[in-house]
Amino acid sequence: MREVIIIGSGPAGYTAGIYAARAGLNPLLIASSVEAGGELMKTTEVENYPGFPNGLQGPELMESFRLQAERFGTEVLLDDVIEVDLTGTTKIVKTGGGKTFEAKTVILATGAAYRELGLPREKELSGYGISWCATCDGFFFREKTIAVVGGGDSAMEEATFLTRFASKVYLIHRRDSFKASKIMQERALANPKIEVIWNTEIAELLGEGKLTGVTTRNLVDGTEKQLDLDGLFIAIGNDPRVWLVENQLELTSEKFIKVDGRSSKTTLPGVFACGDVIDPTYRQAITAAGSGCVAALDAEHYLTGLK
Amino acid sequence: MAAKHVTTDSFQADVLSSDKPVLVDFWAEWCGPCRQVSPILDEISAEHGDKLTIVKVNVDEEHALAQKYGITSIPAMHVFQGGEVVKAIIGAKPKPALLADLDAFIN
Repeated sequence: MREVIIIGSGPAGYTAGIYAARAGLNPLLIASSVEAGGELMKTTEVENYPGFPNGLQGPELMESFRLQAERFGTEVLLDDVIEVDLTGTTKIVKTGGGKTFEAKTVILATGAAYRELGLPREKELSGYGISWCATCDGFFFREKTIAVVGGGDSAMEEATFLTRFASKVYLIHRRDSFKASKIMQERALANPKIEVIWNTEIAELLGEGKLTGVTTRNLVDGTEKQLDLDGLFIAIGNDPRVWLVENQLELTSEKFIKVDGRSSKTTLPGVFACGDVIDPTYRQAITAAGSGCVAALDAEHYLTGLK
Repeated sequence: MAAKHVTTDSFQADVLSSDKPVLVDFWAEWCGPCRQVSPILDEISAEHGDKLTIVKVNVDEEHALAQKYGITSIPAMHVFQGGEVVKAIIGAKPKPALLADLDAFIN
């Protein structure tokens, strides 16, 4: 039986690993097989993580997190959790690789998954003009016309990054202002290749077998227009990844895992949650890391109480 | 066994003329999900190499191949049989999901 199992490998998961390992709890961190490192693996320059005055690449930062967790004895497993039973005193965790683990405590750091537009044929056209990862796919849109949908930091970063390749980048946003940080907005707005289409949503995806454009709908006057595009990058936010546990513990009205006050305690004893899966507001690498630290300290405290 | 790297020059012989189905993994060094799915493809190759050949195309070096097969998102894993694309898998997936996608070729 393990003292603690951590599910997730973003800043929250790895920070929980660092603190739990240093507390001598010998944590097992189940990192996922193809998404280890989490959201930051798909970003380029990270400029706001304290301690790195010159910035660094997202994947490089996550590699450092992992090495630091492993240095103190966190065991990192590249596998996917497919089922958990967290209701008893002994927590059971099963993986897609066919392994079953038992633990006294579980720390959930499963983060958030990309939100979809919810339009017909969105899945079918994914990989055929629709993309979810600018750093992976920008390369294929050299001298092409593309659009980014969204108004947050990710949308700004993607639009700015994609101007390295594309000849034209439309930035389509539902509202008349962005919620992205000032510096990211200014960078996008100052870029001559970027044209913002305000107060507009995507009404329809066009193209057979391959995206050729979209129909946009102006949300102020309702007018619809066709916009020819070679590619569409969707960055409209994330939804907390709770499917593993949603029937076992309490969620908030917005479907985040509910925790007690400033702690990481969920409604089940011995089960803690941290990072984007509990955070509807801030969702930064640094706040997730801080939250992972809280979860490890709460788990340590809980385990001391069991003795 | 690490997958063979295929180029425009060797594509006909290695992929299009192959008797066995061939999974072509279109990838690039700068694509994180490509690097994460790569060891899983190596495992599948080791376990099912008798039925399915797995090769790689570096899209950075082989623009023409990526363009010919309409690649706009990687990793893209196309299965070729008799010179035609018979299955296209887009995006990194865990091993059980990939095995399920490839079931028709390996079982």
